[in-house]
Amino acid sequence: MAKLIFELSATGHRAVTFPSSSCQDVDFKDFEAQSLPDLPEIAEIDLVRHYIGLSRMAHGVDTGFYPLGSCTMKYNPKLNEDVASLEGFAKTHPYQPSWSVQGNLKAMRHLQDALSEICGMDEFTLQPAAGAHGEFTGMLIIAAYHRANNDAKRTKVIVPDAAHGTNPASAVMAGFDVVTVKSDANGGVDFEALKSLVDETTAALMLTNPNTLGLFDPNIKAIADLVHDAGGLLYYDGANLNAIMGLSRPGDMGFDVVHLNLHKTFSTPHGGGGPGSGPVGVKKFLTPFLPKGSYLREQPDSLSFAPTHSIGRMRSFHGNFLTTMRALTYILFNGKGLTEVSKVAILNANYMMHHLSDIFTVAYPQICMHEFVLTLEKEKDIYHVSAKDLSKAMLDFNMHPPTMYFPQIVHEALMIEPNETESKSTLDEAIALFKMLYQKMIEDPSYLQNAPYTTPVKRVDDVLAARVPIVKYQKESK
Amino acid sequence: MGTYIPHTKEDQAQMLSSIAQTWDSLLSTIPDNVRLKRELNLPDGLSEFEVFQIMKNYASQNVVFNTILRGAGAYDHYVPSVVKHLSAREEFVTAYTPYQSELSQGILQSIFEFQSMIASLTGMDAANASVYDGATAAAEAISMSYERGRRTVLLSNALHPETIEVIRTYVQELDVTIKMIELNDGQTSLDSLKEQLDESVCAVLVQHPNYFGILEDVSSIRQSITDSKVKFIVSVNPMTLGRLANPGSYGADIVVGEAQPFGLNLAFGGPYLGFMCTSDKYVRRLPGRIVGQTLDSEGQRAFTLTLQAREQHIRREKATSSICSNQAHCALTAAMYLSSIGPVGLKEVATQCANKAHTLARKLESIGYKLTYPHEFFHEFVTTTPVSTSLIESSLAKHGILSGLILDDKHMLWCVSETTSDQKLDDIVTMLAEVNHG
Amino acid sequence: MNSVQEGYFYLKTHEWVKPVDETTFLVGISDFAQHALGDIVYVALPEVGDAVKFNERFCDVESVKAVSDVYSPISGSIIEINSALEDSPELLNQDPYATWIIKVEGSFDVSGLLNAQDYTKFLEDLQ
Repeated sequence: MAKLIFELSATGHRAVTFPSSSCQDVDFKDFEAQSLPDLPEIAEIDLVRHYIGLSRMAHGVDTGFYPLGSCTMKYNPKLNEDVASLEGFAKTHPYQPSWSVQGNLKAMRHLQDALSEICGMDEFTLQPAAGAHGEFTGMLIIAAYHRANNDAKRTKVIVPDAAHGTNPASAVMAGFDVVTVKSDANGGVDFEALKSLVDETTAALMLTNPNTLGLFDPNIKAIADLVHDAGGLLYYDGANLNAIMGLSRPGDMGFDVVHLNLHKTFSTPHGGGGPGSGPVGVKKFLTPFLPKGSYLREQPDSLSFAPTHSIGRMRSFHGNFLTTMRALTYILFNGKGLTEVSKVAILNANYMMHHLSDIFTVAYPQICMHEFVLTLEKEKDIYHVSAKDLSKAMLDFNMHPPTMYFPQIVHEALMIEPNETESKSTLDEAIALFKMLYQKMIEDPSYLQNAPYTTPVKRVDDVLAARVPIVKYQKESK
Repeated sequence: MGTYIPHTKEDQAQMLSSIAQTWDSLLSTIPDNVRLKRELNLPDGLSEFEVFQIMKNYASQNVVFNTILRGAGAYDHYVPSVVKHLSAREEFVTAYTPYQSELSQGILQSIFEFQSMIASLTGMDAANASVYDGATAAAEAISMSYERGRRTVLLSNALHPETIEVIRTYVQELDVTIKMIELNDGQTSLDSLKEQLDESVCAVLVQHPNYFGILEDVSSIRQSITDSKVKFIVSVNPMTLGRLANPGSYGADIVVGEAQPFGLNLAFGGPYLGFMCTSDKYVRRLPGRIVGQTLDSEGQRAFTLTLQAREQHIRREKATSSICSNQAHCALTAAMYLSSIGPVGLKEVATQCANKAHTLARKLESIGYKLTYPHEFFHEFVTTTPVSTSLIESSLAKHGILSGLILDDKHMLWCVSETTSDQKLDDIVTMLAEVNHG
Repeated sequence: MNSVQEGYFYLKTHEWVKPVDETTFLVGISDFAQHALGDIVYVALPEVGDAVKFNERFCDVESVKAVSDVYSPISGSIIEINSALEDSPELLNQDPYATWIIKVEGSFDVSGLLNAQDYTKFLEDLQ
């Protein structure tokens, strides 16, 4: 294990210095700090080695295969990074007068129009900082819409049991009560159950389509009609948009509000957990509710414009701007070819699913979209090897495991999303690894139960971490 | 046409046949009534070179000012080369949330180090791994503060206006009352605060230094809050903590802020870095990711995401926040920045900002500008201007200088950082003296 | 595994109540509940003086990967909380029937509760 940077610190060391200044000193008297903050003191070479050391204990898309379901860990083009570091973008102040940032405004408009076309929506706001932030934005828009219609009885948002946890959490932040609709035997929304839930109190249905099982809901049109006929709106969680670009559009399916994850579908890097970007698109009748500070057609020269019924500002300034410029770069590069992106994402998922299905149990065996879910329920019973054990064993082979234990409706779930930027040989190697580990499970379950073996640390004790939280450096700890 | 798909057409044909499918059969699960039966109305894909030209053309239509005297929540500081290079390391950039801790110790440790630095800087027990930005950090802090029967929050009117707007947005559908604390010459009024403190109040939020750059009387504010059920939330520009006493030392319960000054580009407003710190007492109320230290099966130190039962993926509709993706890479960058300058460097940057801002203020006073407020400030200050602020903005822009922020026709909010040299400050004042004389 | 204790009364949501005297009762979670949760890492305890209502949530219990509401098998008011759980939530795993969560003053109503025999049968049917 690496030392903590605080353990490398020695008084007097420092990497970076500043030009001197002979301006007169200010004395803040009672406000002055009594001592220096406890920050590391370290020479530049040691700083570099520390972080390079840490980077070698991290796994990114650039390191190896990363089929983390629902996260779309596709290749992050280097071109995006070059664009984001252009001075014209990186060094503009968010409060520059609009005449001095015309390039930024035009580029934002360009992206909003492209996203509108891809999704079949009428307008986008780039303000939300991540997917969940987009969901919250969308839910607030829906609440404001019903209020504007004096329709206060719409207090419920329906969410499928297979939905991302962010969906119910975002709906509650917007003041709604969450009602769960179960999935049917084929993994879609249980239409009969939905019928019994939809009524005059329904504010919206939140849906991911294809859903978290990687399945396109065959009843989507009927679902949309059902909710609309009852006066509710349809919210599209765009986490799985990578499956449908150029093939089907949320707007055409009947969705009124969508959020996208630019860090998933549009190749902006995940950065170890962020920043992302979660633009929200709406149909025309909802544009008066968009956040203040969105860059809208109505006010093409203003960044502080508030539409008539705006929900208000979702965050400061104009969103994760550099992230949006990376996404625009990706869209320009692919153009119409985005359709090919989704088709190959589907091909790769079905290829892996097919070649694993002779040994592994697919939770919902049918043609999938961009991802699919395996269940190790049977193996857990027979060999006492869990989805977690199998995942941990993959860590020794330069592969990030699939998403574990999600969706929660599948026991011992492994959710696999290969995505379109992986080659056939990478997929073949991964399939071979899955199979090798399955064989190992039969012969020697303890091998998986005790994995990993070659990582910088061995199986990590999550229980201890939660029972005795240590969340900052403590000098005495070793 | 560009593509990042590695397959050849032959690969694809081979793959399709090996799974006994065709393109049509693979796409057949999309019902016909929602299939897009035309091409996307987008141009053809382009080569890397062409795309770069288009994006460069957009970038070139912006003005990059050589001197920036505008802050108001977004600060121009020098970003050291070592920070740029290390943060661009691909393993950091292309990883996601470290769900698999054994494979992600580097990411986890870097976040743990960030949490430690921010907690130390603010004088608090714990920090989370980041939230979207400073304004949403403030809004999330409000969500942490509710108690049974207490859902009134008191906000200083000297918070950044966008922070106030974001808090209003966040709570608009909830049963929460927002009351504003009035100002006294640009500073939060103790009288107004005391008048409004009652048994419905769960939080008091003050920004220090405030939006106008003024130091708030945080000790007196703390002393006014005698009820232990009221959380004292302080929003800080963390750069100022190179000089100012930390919020832990004067009894803050929750500290939030925007850490963009630590190595992040202005970037037209994002991505930035919201941070949140609190005492042990409230650590389980923090939203978002938190990295904790633990042991591995061989007893060595290891790091992992912890206290996850707070979060949306477990608590679902009972979670207090839906945040999932955060600003991890920005947090990594900030930790690198702080490590590159160290405690002495941080004090030096903060001191230069303060000294240069005071120098500019004095020089402006000598040419007919007046300080609008009488209180001590850090590195931002408001002046009443002798000529219209729009004239000041346009005149300085001709010299590649971004003036202070226009508050109204006669008031400007200035900010000075270490990136403006002593000589440049003299030049600016000379230019402004000329503007005075038409 | 999944032991059921005589002299305790159960909810179908796997909480138990045990009478101490006519008006005082201990409340905890069953062995089945602690097994289902796995390693318990935190108990969000209510406060003394809080009212509890039959079949309504009064606290939650966290494991690493789950959080579970705890419902009250009795109505009344909390007169004591088991503060040992603040530092040692694992007591609920180690001895769920000796580890009460709250002590309640209230009146006992056996209707709506399962005795040990019925709860055992209920668990068998669950399997």
